Order: sequence, then C-alpha cells, then structure tokens
Amino acid sequence: MSKLTLGPLLFHWKRDQRRDFYARIADEAPVDCVYLGEVVCSKREPGYYDDLPDIADRLIAGGKQVVLSTLALVTTDREMAAIRSHCDGPLMIEANDATAISLLAGTQHVTGPFINVFNEQTIDFLVRKGAARINLPVELSAAAISTLARYCPVETEVQVFGRQALSISMRCYHARSYGLHKDGCQFVCELDADGLAAKQLDGNPLLTVNGTQTMSHGYAVLLRELIELQAAGVSHFRLSPQATDMVRVANLYRNVLDGALTAGEAEEELHELAGAVPFVNGYVRGREGMAWADS
Amino acid sequence: MRVPTYLELVCPAGTPAALRAAVDAGADTVYCGFRDCTNARNYPGLNFDAKELREGVAYAHARGRRVLVAVNTFPRAGDLGPWHRAVDTAADCGADAVILADIGLLDYTTRKHPTLRRHLSVQAAASNPLSIDFYRENFGISRVVLPRVLAVDEVASMIKRMKVEAEVFAFGSLGTMVEGRCYLSSYITGRSPSSDGVCAPAEFVAYKEDGDDMVSCLGKVTMNRYGKGENAAYPTPCKCRLITNDKASYLFEEPVGLNAVSILPQLKAAGVTALKIEGRQRSRAYVAQVVGAFRTVLDALARGEDMPDAADELYAIAEGGRETLSAYKKGWR
Repeated sequence: MSKLTLGPLLFHWKRDQRRDFYARIADEAPVDCVYLGEVVCSKREPGYYDDLPDIADRLIAGGKQVVLSTLALVTTDREMAAIRSHCDGPLMIEANDATAISLLAGTQHVTGPFINVFNEQTIDFLVRKGAARINLPVELSAAAISTLARYCPVETEVQVFGRQALSISMRCYHARSYGLHKDGCQFVCELDADGLAAKQLDGNPLLTVNGTQTMSHGYAVLLRELIELQAAGVSHFRLSPQATDMVRVANLYRNVLDGALTAGEAEEELHELAGAVPFVNGYVRGREGMAWADS
Repeated sequence: MRVPTYLELVCPAGTPAALRAAVDAGADTVYCGFRDCTNARNYPGLNFDAKELREGVAYAHARGRRVLVAVNTFPRAGDLGPWHRAVDTAADCGADAVILADIGLLDYTTRKHPTLRRHLSVQAAASNPLSIDFYRENFGISRVVLPRVLAVDEVASMIKRMKVEAEVFAFGSLGTMVEGRCYLSSYITGRSPSSDGVCAPAEFVAYKEDGDDMVSCLGKVTMNRYGKGENAAYPTPCKCRLITNDKASYLFEEPVGLNAVSILPQLKAAGVTALKIEGRQRSRAYVAQVVGAFRTVLDALARGEDMPDAADELYAIAEGGRETLSAYKKGWR
C-alpha cells in the first residue's frame, strides 16, 4: 500500500509552534513516516535539536516511522560533526548530500531529494551504498519518474504537496531582504512561517525565500498524478509542511490514494486551505515548473 | 607537458577556434564539451564533435598543453547513451581528463575507463573534505572543481584536508546558487542546467519596450526593468530584480562578474592547483584577451613581481564593467 510521508519542516518556526505542530501530527495525521531535522541552515539547529528527541518519541509512540534529514549544504567542521553524530544515532537518516552518504555507506538509509538522482546508474550505485528508499528530484517529469520508479529495486518517494525547493546558496536572501547579512541575521526567517514572497517587478509572485533556500511560490499539488505514479511503483508520497492545516492536507491525500475522494474534490478543498497561493504541477507534466495544468 | 609555474590556467573553449586562441594566448589547459546535452554549456553554435575534439587535442598536445572534456550534466532516465558515448569519445580522442558530476556516470567511467583521469565538476557541489573524499574513494577523482561557496580561508582549510587537487573559479559570469542544485531556470522555462545543460536559454528571452523603459523577460516572467540609459543585462534568474518586503532589489546577486585576480597570491598560498576561467559561450576574441591577461599576471607573479598592469585589463572586461569577489570575500553571505 502506498505510504504518505511528511517531509522535513523546511521553514524556521518558533519552538512552541514546531512542538505543537508535531504533537498534532503524531496524534491525528494519517502519515506513515515523518522526517525531522534541519535541512536548510545550521544556524537554526540549536533550539530544534534540543526538542527533537521528545518530538521523535511522540511521533514513534503515534505509530510513525521517524527519519532524520541532514543539511543540504554542508561546509563547516561543526556541520560535518553534527552529521556524524546524527549518523551514529538511533534514527534512520535521510542523506541530503554526499557527506551523509559517505558516512552511511553500508547502513540502510534514505537518499533525500537534494541528491541528484536522475538516472538508473545513479540508483544502482546508491542502492549498493545502502539506500533503502530514494527520493526523486522535484524537477523530474512523470515519464522520468515512471522510468526510475519501475527500475528502482528499493522504495521510491516523490513530493506531491508543498512548495518545491529550487536552489540553495551560501548567501541568506532572507537576511538580505531585511537589510542584514547571514552572520548577523537575527533569525528574521522566523518571521515568515510559510516563507517570504519574492515578486516580479509587475507585482506577480514568483518565488519564495526561505533563508538560504529559494522555493517555488506555488504549492506543488500532484493529486491528479497520484494514481499514475502509484501504478509506476512510487511507494512513498511526500507532503512538505506549509503553514496550513497539514492534518487536513494529509487526510485529503490519503482519501485520494484510498479512492474515497476524487483528485478534483481534494483540489477544491486544498484551494480553501491554500488561500491565494496558486498550485503548480509543471515539472511532472514535463513543462516549466511554475505551470499549472488542470486537465 | 609544460609545467605550470604558478597556478595552472584552465581556459574555456566553446569552439575549435577558441581552443586555438586560448592555447596561443597562454592557456595551460583548455576545457570543452560535445555539441549536445551532455555538457553544461549546450548553446547553439557552440561545442565540438569528435573530429574537432581530436584536432583540438592534437593542437594542444603539440604545444605541451592539456584538453579536458566536460561531460557534466546529469544523464536522463532511460537515455544514458549520449553520456556514455561522450565519455567514450573523449577517451578515444585522447582527452587528458573528463569533468563529471553525476554519480552514475562517474561509476561508469571509473569502471569502463579506469586510466582516464577524472575531475569532479562544480556541478557535483562537493563542498567539504568528507564529500570530496567520498568521490575520491569511490571514483578515484584526481581533482575537484570547488563550488563557489567558500571564502579564501575556508578554501585553504579545505585543501589541507583533501587528497586531490583543487581547481577554483577565477573569472567570468557565474551563478549565485550552488551549481548542479539550481532549478530556477527550469522552473521558469522548463529547460534545466542539470539535464539540458542550459540556463535561461536564449529562445525564452525577450526585451520589450514599455514607454521609456526596457523590460527583460524570461518565458512569461518579468526579470528586470531598465530606465533610459541603463544597460540591460542578460536575464539570468539568479540576477533578476525581485520585490521582497515591498522593496525591489537584486535579491540574489547584482549583475556582476567574478574577478579573483586581486587574490591570486592568497589562492596560491591556500594550495590551489588550478584557476578556472568561465566562458565557453564567449567569443574567441574575449577568450584570447582574458587568457592573455591572466598569462601575463601569472607569469609576473611567478617571477615574484608585483601585480602587472594586465590586471587592470581584467577589471575592464569583467561583466558589464562590474565585478565582484563573490563568496571568496568575507561578508558576501
């Protein structure tokens, strides 16, 4: 049966908000697996990692598999040491760069969406290194996903809800947007729980700034594609947390996977939750990522 | 082969003519790619076929210089053939090394061509000693092109702990995002640096007049607006003007080019082996000018002389006359 997962929280939420969020996920969300951990910026880690053991225990008690996701861009000794200690810890790891893969060789792990997995040969290598589940990049078309999911000898995961991560940098654009630099950022990314809108000069939103990460403005919504992807062998469907009712989002996706709701019905409800945020599905349709095809 | 005296000068060749121009102007090494999606500068009118590469290698080798072949995009699902052929052809033509990014293609090359030297492309984004070691242990890479994310002191600290050579970018037009992990172009156009080898392809670019202003667009997206007399830059996604918090700005990076000429002694002291000049999409004349200036500077530094006037020439050529040290400089972040 297809599994629903909750991807790592990519935004920097206040500690209370994050704890409350995961408590509710543990108790109410029909997801099989929850990814925890800071993926975007190591400066955000301290408070989060103090709370993480309790959050993980609560999710496990709620019957969820818990996986710890590593940073997408690793440059400092402190960051390498943190990844090493995660890899030596009790939780299954999602590797988001080659640092983590090298530390995990021979140990069962998940390869995250920030590892470039575009073809069969890369899958072969990663599986030999211990990948038990492989996330495919958000940029892939349904045809490419199908080819890889059919081929992949281990579990395959695809993001089906939430803003798509488009790039990562050493520079913090959140700090820059507030007239600051990364070193003295004052954690301004905490002000924007769903990311900061970056608009074109004509006022139309284009991207979302999340610290050093740049994301799509639209939420990826791959409800119409779920059944096709399921048939191709995608085993895990990832919901990426947004500042909206994620329990309800998870219920909608679960219901579509179970045939209790049509994709169109679920989309209508999602629009209520998303407010003014548009949906995108361009990549999976083989088009520009920002496009939305509603047929 | 001639032994580089200060830092190896690695120069771009988008065409056979540019290859000869780079060699004549003093490049120690030239890098190029095939005329398809297997390299990250897959633009019309550029690149090499097998015959041209073979001739280019002969031209360079006759003068004691090297040729590297970039096969640095990520092979597509179900379509590995073009990438395998590119590596096989590079080996067959006598290339001195291939520049690779994809894990699967590195694995293929390591097994199929164990004696062909392998460099890790910047597109692989190996940004610390552990990840570089991962590529060395698994694929026997001899050199890594470092991602442009590190300040000079960080480059130095990293090189001390690496067991492979380091090549760093010194000059040219470069993105702000970690390369090989940026989907901004495909988000707007559907064409990606990772798979198609193109960023912001020209067929999606339009310049429109709006009153006295000039508006640049990429696909359906407004990238910038220029007042009278302002120079319009190419609408690369990471150099567009965007509004955040009600304020328009170059959110990611100003339209500037990288010029590291002023810190060459620091890069040398950091243990860097080779300097990379970006610009396979540039004209032969540009390549000759930049390579010639770098040659003069490197030779002067090798003789222990002060920075020569040729450095000024590089300031003048930098993108739109504006230049930056980018991530090399503390405070850029």
